[in-house]
Amino acid sequence: MIHFSLNAVSAIYTFELARFGRTILTSLATPVITTSLYFIVFGSAIGSQMKEIDGIPYGAFIVPGLIMLSMFTESIFNASFGIYMPKFTGTIYELLSAPVSALETVVAYVGAAATKSMILGLIIFATAHLFVALPVAHPVAMIGFMMLIAITFCLFGFILGVWAQSFEQLQVIPLLVVTPMTFLGGAFYSIAMLPEPWRTITLFNPVVYLISGFRWTFFGKGDVAIEWSLGFIAAMLVICIAIIGWMFSTGYRLKK
Amino acid sequence: MASIISISGLTKRYASGHVALHGVDLEIEEGEIFALLGPNGAGKTTLISIICGNVTGTEGSVTVAGHDIVRDYRGSRRAIGLVPQELHTDAFEKVMSTVRFSRGLFGKPRDDALIEKILRDLSLWDKRDAKIMELSGGMKRRVMIAKALSHEPRVLFLDEPTAGVDVELRRDMWALVRQLRETGVTIILTTHYIEEAEEMADRVGVISGGKLILVEEKTALMRKLGKKTLTVMLADPLPAVPAELAQWDVTIKGDGHELEYVFDTQAERTGVSSLLRQLGDLGIAYKDLNTRQSSLEDIFVGLVHRDADAAEAVA
Repeated sequence: MIHFSLNAVSAIYTFELARFGRTILTSLATPVITTSLYFIVFGSAIGSQMKEIDGIPYGAFIVPGLIMLSMFTESIFNASFGIYMPKFTGTIYELLSAPVSALETVVAYVGAAATKSMILGLIIFATAHLFVALPVAHPVAMIGFMMLIAITFCLFGFILGVWAQSFEQLQVIPLLVVTPMTFLGGAFYSIAMLPEPWRTITLFNPVVYLISGFRWTFFGKGDVAIEWSLGFIAAMLVICIAIIGWMFSTGYRLKK
Repeated sequence: MASIISISGLTKRYASGHVALHGVDLEIEEGEIFALLGPNGAGKTTLISIICGNVTGTEGSVTVAGHDIVRDYRGSRRAIGLVPQELHTDAFEKVMSTVRFSRGLFGKPRDDALIEKILRDLSLWDKRDAKIMELSGGMKRRVMIAKALSHEPRVLFLDEPTAGVDVELRRDMWALVRQLRETGVTIILTTHYIEEAEEMADRVGVISGGKLILVEEKTALMRKLGKKTLTVMLADPLPAVPAELAQWDVTIKGDGHELEYVFDTQAERTGVSSLLRQLGDLGIAYKDLNTRQSSLEDIFVGLVHRDADAAEAVA
């Protein structure tokens, strides 16, 4: 029998969004201010001294990368906190004893975190318009790509939150792995600008494909073909879903 | 009466190899208050956690209201409200919203009238907009009970409901539990306070070292409690109980230096004075007298020790 408890999903979803609502200033204002600073420093100050890349002014060129940078880290942070906090405070007892399936749990927690990431991404997108002229070649694809990114990275964050046994473990992956990979993944430059062998090495960084794909939705072109980007994001999505499936089937770090 | 919970052969072996439950069998009847009594680490919380879904059992099966806890976890969990031992709360949440959340989480549609009633019954209505972190420990405990009751469970688990709670709140809690029972809710509480089990329960189960070593009606236990033992220290040892004392339930102890007489304090005639008169008539001199009442605590400690000794003998 297929059963899906909308009441339970909406209870968790609303609870999580209310939690974000309480920290609205830090969770939305901080990334917006940070991104604005990037625009001022890289876009306006340095960007005015830079050549166009592929016919795109530098200020506009960095927008997709900046949105991705914020969405990656915020998705991971929010989704991992959402499930780590109940583990930390012990309130997870209620979730585990509730008539809620793994699917419902993931849909609710990841859905709430992804919603927040989408709001954040769109706010940064809107903020960018204050600084640069920003054409969007494929608006529907842009929204779709953002949603895929938000869901995938929130799933990854969820995994991290279940895995983590301390606040340090919770932060180590986003800070030490994801942020550097994003900086090196072409957020601020086209990988075509890199000399060999760095250019080839960079192709092993999955983030390159994500940023390139997102940039394609804006400008109709990226560092790699859009099919490659979609392939990477689909693969990451499938891997995350598989890991979560395994975690729930074994009770990994959730149940004794 | 019909069982609402059936546990058979339930065993829990943790990854560390520690066996927390050894093949527990237990039937809980609908509408009763069942007290699960046992020392710390006996397996009380593990047992509850498996039934509620927080821990996965290794062997055996459990059904709640006819639903298997693994195959049909939705059915079993919907019937259960759990109040865990520790005060796990969302510090920043408000009382009303956290209780409303619990109801939704258990799949029920929003019903603010019901939640108002629950909060009023628990004297929490005035605090409905307070953040949980602002409440006292006793109030937090009430919030957790309100959360557990929010989805109208048929079975309520109270894991050590009065641990670390002051006397007044404990009385309130007992009154609340009785009131709940009136509404037909089955209540299973764990405690290591004998007094609590005596006060509240219809039946008592004693668990020790992961084994359920006794399940009995409280009244039957109380009958055992009503017994007293009179020990007569004799001046000169007796080889056997004299035939003249046959009408009393007397045994010889301590190499013939003591006579032991077990009597019922509730009985009209305890037989103590007539026994002593008879001893005088028989010319049996005694140095001292001692009476002792066995309490549930004695029975309990006795059971737990016997069990521990048995376990050692096996090991």
